[in-house]
Amino acid sequence: MGSFWRRAAAPPAVPRPARDGSGPGGDGDDGLLVEIRHRFPDGPSLDLRLRAPLPGVVALWGPSGSGKSSLVSALGGFFRPDAAVIRIGAHRLAGPALWVPPEKRRIGTVFQDARLFPHLSVEGNLRFGARRAPPGERGSEAPSLEEVASLLELEALLGRRVHGLSGGEARRVAIGRAILSRPRLLAMDEPLTGLDDRRRAEILPFLSRLRSRLALPILYVTHALDEVLELADTLALVEDGRIGDTGPVAEVLHRSALAVREDAGALLFATVRRHDPAAGLTFASLGANGSDGVLRVPLRAQPPGTPLRLRIPARDVILVDAPDGHGLPAISAQNLLPVRVSGVRPLPDRNTRLVLLELRGGSGTPAAVMMAHLSADAVERLRIQPGRPMLALVKAVAVDVLGGPARGIADGTHGREARR
Amino acid sequence: MELLRIGPDGWMAVRLTLRVSCLAVAGAAPVALALAMLLSRRRFPGRVLLDTLVHLPMVLPPVVTGWLLLLVFGLHGPVGALLWRWLRVRLAFSTAGASLACAVMVLPLMVRTIRLSLEAVDWRLRQAAQGLGAGPADRFLHVVLPLAAPGVLAALVAGFSASLGEFGAVITFAASIPGRTQTLPLAIYAALQVPDGEQQAARLASVSLVLAVAGLLGAEMVHRRIRRWLRGDG
Repeated sequence: MGSFWRRAAAPPAVPRPARDGSGPGGDGDDGLLVEIRHRFPDGPSLDLRLRAPLPGVVALWGPSGSGKSSLVSALGGFFRPDAAVIRIGAHRLAGPALWVPPEKRRIGTVFQDARLFPHLSVEGNLRFGARRAPPGERGSEAPSLEEVASLLELEALLGRRVHGLSGGEARRVAIGRAILSRPRLLAMDEPLTGLDDRRRAEILPFLSRLRSRLALPILYVTHALDEVLELADTLALVEDGRIGDTGPVAEVLHRSALAVREDAGALLFATVRRHDPAAGLTFASLGANGSDGVLRVPLRAQPPGTPLRLRIPARDVILVDAPDGHGLPAISAQNLLPVRVSGVRPLPDRNTRLVLLELRGGSGTPAAVMMAHLSADAVERLRIQPGRPMLALVKAVAVDVLGGPARGIADGTHGREARR
Repeated sequence: MELLRIGPDGWMAVRLTLRVSCLAVAGAAPVALALAMLLSRRRFPGRVLLDTLVHLPMVLPPVVTGWLLLLVFGLHGPVGALLWRWLRVRLAFSTAGASLACAVMVLPLMVRTIRLSLEAVDWRLRQAAQGLGAGPADRFLHVVLPLAAPGVLAALVAGFSASLGEFGAVITFAASIPGRTQTLPLAIYAALQVPDGEQQAARLASVSLVLAVAGLLGAEMVHRRIRRWLRGDG
């Protein structure tokens, strides 16, 4: 129980292994289980079954109206479906003859609208939840108001009334208020919806910081893919009131329809290994313990050991028919990665292909996955087919470094750069 | 200022009126709040009956209300007899009785105003409070009531102002005893009953006009200030 709150020195850079085909009772008591069935009068019907390992960030991704918000409402206890089974770890919140009222659930819900109390100051809002939280088990492992305020950069706002706050500030206060209520799980329902791109880019680093600083399980609902890439450990796809593919984020991204898009890309988990300031490069080890090889990216501020999320757009990957790299002329690309082709998928435009790749160097299981978006002609010419060993060329500047702790932690400036 | 020379008897009626109204509002406020809370809940058995009962004084002739009070709280009424036997309290024909009559008359107005302001509190804020661990009483005290404060205050002031002018129920239940139950409207009526009393009646009437206007302005000011404070720019 208290373990949810243990400060994470090194958060899990790699999500837990997939739990495919888990039958009932297959995953003991340590995960999140939500099963909801409901039929709206003359409306759509819901049949949502979500199972995810905790702690970590579980992202629900899907179009609006697919049932995501209903799941969050039911989890918080605000919407009672026809039938529900809800469990967080060993805590049962709903079952056949059980419906724990919202005030006893300890789910920190962050609503789309911040819902701050207008009669209280920012600090009063933050303390509202803290005051009602049960006393901490084993000392005080939950973060203090000061810590949360500094994490979300709210110090300067504490004395303010909530009416003067900007949209982004209000969301940050709402998030802080939820965290301070010492929840068992933080449920965020599209916390960035309705903010313009600049504000979104301003808050996203804070969320990344949350996920790496607090070992607090998070359910994150969104329809924005970039938020999934940046934050999720587990990804569940939602459509038409059903939950589809669920699993570690990288795997779901690669095997689902999300991969078959022009803007597809691989999501890789890495750790900062060392910096080479003279060359202007940072070396990042791929995989859980660097077993999957090393990627060079433009110099980063984060200290060695920091987990990173890297996205390599499929259209920036070049495949070379030279498995070992012998006989190559000098090339500018910084990363030459040995890969094996694991599949070729047609894209809707018919003239291009998405080539799925596995990193060969690694011993990681499952192997880290990459993708290359090539013309159909190139696939023909090089006779690219599953099983072939090849070399993938990736420019250092093509690697998109996502999330991780905001830059500010290491270099004193705040990681608010708008990357998109 | 000639109009305000109402003499010691007149001032006695003014003081009595203010006292009766204060007592009436103080007694009616908790009852009105409780009834408003109860009635703003969606459903419970007897809801319609209670709603009707609360609103009855608004539509009944005040004389009838006063007479019903007399039947219940008079010395021979079921409640009045008990009060007398156990507490030696007599409501009929007493200042407390005048207050009771006023309280019953202004209750519907107060319940209505409070209920509207309670229902106007954003349900999403209640939900947010609930999610943060606040139970029903906690939510009511710390979220709903502060946010409904402008309406609750408006109800108090409106109740007070209305009670200043109560006539029929008061004269029926408490009679018109100078210094005990003869409030301003009753004193005006009494003045009109005696020969040459018209001038005194006019003076008393202008005092009650001043009181009424002051009440309305005060209510508006308080209401604005609280609303501004809640909006955060006050």
